[in-house]
Amino acid sequence: MNVCRPDSMSLRKLWVKVTRMDWEPVIGLEIHVQLATRSKIFSGASTAYGAPPNTQACAVDLGLPGVLPVLNEAAVRMAVKFGLAVQARIAPRSVFARKNYFYPDLPKGYQISQYELPVVEGGRLEISLEEGGSKLIGITRAHLEEDAGKSLHEDFHGLSGIDLNRAGTPLLEVVSEPDLRSAREAVAYMKKLHTLVRYLEICDGNMQEGSFRCDANVSVRRRGQHELGTRTEIKNLNSFRFVERAINYEIERQIDILEGGGSVVQETRLYDAARDETRPMRSKEEALDYRYFPDPDLLPLVLEEDFIAAVRATLPELPDEKRERFIYEFGLSPYEAEVLTASRELADYFEAAERASDGETKLTAHWVMGDLLGALNKAGLEIADSPVTAEMLGGLIRRIGDNTISGKIAKQVFEAMWQGEGDADAIIERRGLKQVTDSAAIEKVIDEVLAAHPAQVEQYRAGKDKLFGFFVGQVMKATQGKANPAQVNALLKKKLT
Amino acid sequence: MTDLHRASLTQLSAALAAGECSSVELTRLFLGRIQRLDDRLNSFISVCAEQALDEAHAADRRRAAGEAGPLTGIPLAHKDIFCTDGVRTSCGSRMLDNFVAPYDATVVSRLKAAGAVMLGKTNMDEFAMGSSNETSYYGAVRNPWDPARVPGGSSGGSAAAVAARLVPAATGTDTGGSIRQPAALCGLTGLKPTYGRVSRYGMIAFASSLDQGGPLCQSAADAALLLQAMAGFDERDSTSIDHPVPDYSAMLDAPLSGLKIGLPREYFGAGLDPAVGERVDQAVRVYETLGARVREISLPNTTLAVPTYYVVAPAECSSNLSRYDGVRFGYRCEDPEDLMDLYKRSRGEGFGAEVKRRIMVGTYVLSAGYYDAYYLKAQKLRQLISDDFRRAFETVDLIAGPTSPSVAFPLGARLEDPIQMYLSDIYTIAANLAGLPALSLPCGFVDGLPVGLQLIGDYFTEDRLLNAAHRYQQETDWHERVPPGFDESSQAVGEGD
Amino acid sequence: MSLTRSDVEKIAHLARLALREEDIPGYARTLTAILDMVAQMNAVDTRDVTPMAHPLDAVQRLRPDEVTETDQRERFQAIAPQVEAGLYLVPRVIE
Repeated sequence: MNVCRPDSMSLRKLWVKVTRMDWEPVIGLEIHVQLATRSKIFSGASTAYGAPPNTQACAVDLGLPGVLPVLNEAAVRMAVKFGLAVQARIAPRSVFARKNYFYPDLPKGYQISQYELPVVEGGRLEISLEEGGSKLIGITRAHLEEDAGKSLHEDFHGLSGIDLNRAGTPLLEVVSEPDLRSAREAVAYMKKLHTLVRYLEICDGNMQEGSFRCDANVSVRRRGQHELGTRTEIKNLNSFRFVERAINYEIERQIDILEGGGSVVQETRLYDAARDETRPMRSKEEALDYRYFPDPDLLPLVLEEDFIAAVRATLPELPDEKRERFIYEFGLSPYEAEVLTASRELADYFEAAERASDGETKLTAHWVMGDLLGALNKAGLEIADSPVTAEMLGGLIRRIGDNTISGKIAKQVFEAMWQGEGDADAIIERRGLKQVTDSAAIEKVIDEVLAAHPAQVEQYRAGKDKLFGFFVGQVMKATQGKANPAQVNALLKKKLT
Repeated sequence: MTDLHRASLTQLSAALAAGECSSVELTRLFLGRIQRLDDRLNSFISVCAEQALDEAHAADRRRAAGEAGPLTGIPLAHKDIFCTDGVRTSCGSRMLDNFVAPYDATVVSRLKAAGAVMLGKTNMDEFAMGSSNETSYYGAVRNPWDPARVPGGSSGGSAAAVAARLVPAATGTDTGGSIRQPAALCGLTGLKPTYGRVSRYGMIAFASSLDQGGPLCQSAADAALLLQAMAGFDERDSTSIDHPVPDYSAMLDAPLSGLKIGLPREYFGAGLDPAVGERVDQAVRVYETLGARVREISLPNTTLAVPTYYVVAPAECSSNLSRYDGVRFGYRCEDPEDLMDLYKRSRGEGFGAEVKRRIMVGTYVLSAGYYDAYYLKAQKLRQLISDDFRRAFETVDLIAGPTSPSVAFPLGARLEDPIQMYLSDIYTIAANLAGLPALSLPCGFVDGLPVGLQLIGDYFTEDRLLNAAHRYQQETDWHERVPPGFDESSQAVGEGD
Repeated sequence: MSLTRSDVEKIAHLARLALREEDIPGYARTLTAILDMVAQMNAVDTRDVTPMAHPLDAVQRLRPDEVTETDQRERFQAIAPQVEAGLYLVPRVIE
């Protein structure tokens, strides 16, 4: 029995794996992009995050009797900007509707949202696939709507507290086609969208603060089957990791049900990160009847061609365009270009550092991706907060390029710049780190090193080539790393032959 | 000059300007009348004596400083649907019995800025839903011409108060006739402006696409004065129209020769009290003597107005009234068991029967599967009704007819039969559906009860309507009649407190 | 068309209205009468009619993106049924 067990286990695993292969997941994402406006979508209250509860909920946000909404122009511009960036159609006429339901974080008893006629329709986004190649993901629509407030469940004598600061914050809900076929693809799409909205400067992308949230619609069907299976909607996905885990959990759950002869119930589920599982949302158990109708307090949003053209003129270079340019203009590898265009700030940093480096493009890419990102990551800083500016880093690289310092010494200089000791030239000067390029001086040191290690010289000459590195090390040590490595190599070779 | 209590706004304005009386004296006079006489009418929900006297003193100081306008120091009352900062704004409902508005409606702040003195807030049908002022949480209002009869609704308190000369003029709102019908039943001049002419900000919404605020006055000249201060673009109301406001008083005396008046044959058919029809005919003859050319026209979709209205208005109201949920303001039930109980009992106990009925009609017509058949259909019929008027105004300047099919009916007569009550507004509703300006003016009496003539104009022709009404009032004195028992003669100025 | 008691209960639930038992038959009767009256709309063919969005075909105006409102929490919460620590309190919300 004991002997059999591992075998039957792995057989079972294999069987599970094989049957899983019969099923194809079909995933569509609804991503809520919080637009980076100063004021709310329908009121003049601030959208700043983190204020004390209800201090940024004005009369309109609270839905006081008699108040009325007026649409924020910046929110419309941002929606149009997004639509143009994903090659979508900008609706010349779109309509705000009321989605009616009762919930304590929804002050008016309805959410203002675009329903039948959204402002953006029919776009696409290209994602890179892990197995190589790329795939176009359709964007069904993107519509403007207002966010709700928050329910806080800390115990207030068994009651919940309602904070309406977030109520009325503008959201762009981006709905994808059900084109995604795995959790990985879903994450790749979500990351791509995340990069795009930050490039467009329409969203700060802060997922902890809820600026970029995702609901996932997940179903599975037999491979080769055309019709879609029954889907569930998973809410509350506020990190890339959770999206992947929740979708994978849900795929497994649905396959288990279907394999067991059951059927999937169409429902809204909540992802519980602590338990890594999804469960039905109790508040959505009842089939909701939202009674959508056009909001009579708002008129049709009509966008003229010149408005759209003006927004088009503000479009920055988009991530894909920038990546291509980095490849042909800088001669970077596709991988390097991908990493360096991951955010607009990083790409801008790279370009500024490259300019300051005096043409050391490859070296700059190497330093930005290696030392800089490593240091930022370790310190938990964003690129904008880097103590080493692009100009400082470029200046350091310039000094590597013109042989003032070696790459090794440069790491020491970088560390000093990070600590705030000034720019590269000042540090090199102050610490006397300038590289020794005087052949006579280097020769003198080499002679001393060889004289001090006669045994090793013997061995080397007898054919132990590996010792060459030992001599280089000794010379560098004796010069505190300041000797020009190339010269050291050349002179050593000459002396040892 | 006549006794001050029965003086028109125009006369009071002149008296204040000439220094014949002060605002404080006028304010005391009318506060005294309210105190003595309103027991018979129940026309006020709140009287703000102290605040009014403060405002009157301020108005007198302003006049002394030479900064007075035509309304500076004039006592007025607001329908209790307009939010008034620091003053209870009940909307005639238990739901808002404890609601002290934290801001002023735009209409209120405009009149405040003009220097008008607010004596108090007038009674109304609950949330403006009613045609008899019997649905108020504060009890029915009585008609000063016969206290056993209704004053009309929903602005019944404003109408009764002005008719009894408890206040020289008042504001009202009109969603399906709520200014014009009580004006007719109480013998006043009441104007519903073009949709978008008067800001709806701070005017508690019943049906957003139909609601308009307007004046309830003794005469067209007074209405011109009051509308002048109320009308104008408001950036807080998306449905407000940025269209120049003409000088309404300047147009009052223009001759009517050549004015083309259309009489819709559908307004004179079955359902119209023949005696009322006769008074309307007589009024039309007065217009002929003034040089107007009168012809019969047809508004073929007239019979659809009431059914269309009873889809659109309840649908909008069901959503507009969702914000009354016992969470942020207003009535909250005792000891709710859970969230559902909080909602259901707060709303069930806070709203009266007619409001609940309309919320349910609206909820039903918007619910899944019914939207197209009801709401969408009604919005299409609105277009047809509007087209009727557009065609009519190609051939006539004004449309004239009865305001209400009957004179004031006895209290309780139609309370048990909603349909019968709804038909009270059969001639007034179409102007709301089409967004047109319309006015009611007194044109005689039947059995001692006032009859109203309705004039409907094309968009933004309030000046023309006021002009036509004013010229008629130069020829007749129906508008100067004061209900018996409310015309105490020659009180000393400054009597009362 | 005739609404039953259970129809009325369903609508009242959707609208979050507690009704007294004894009032339900009256609502069923009057709601039925209103819906019957409203059914007159069906007599008209509206296939080619565009629904009205605004009587004057006005379009939405846009507001500049400026913060114009200041904190008035104290005033707003003075009229609230139950608040604590700046929050509106309600019976426990279950997600």
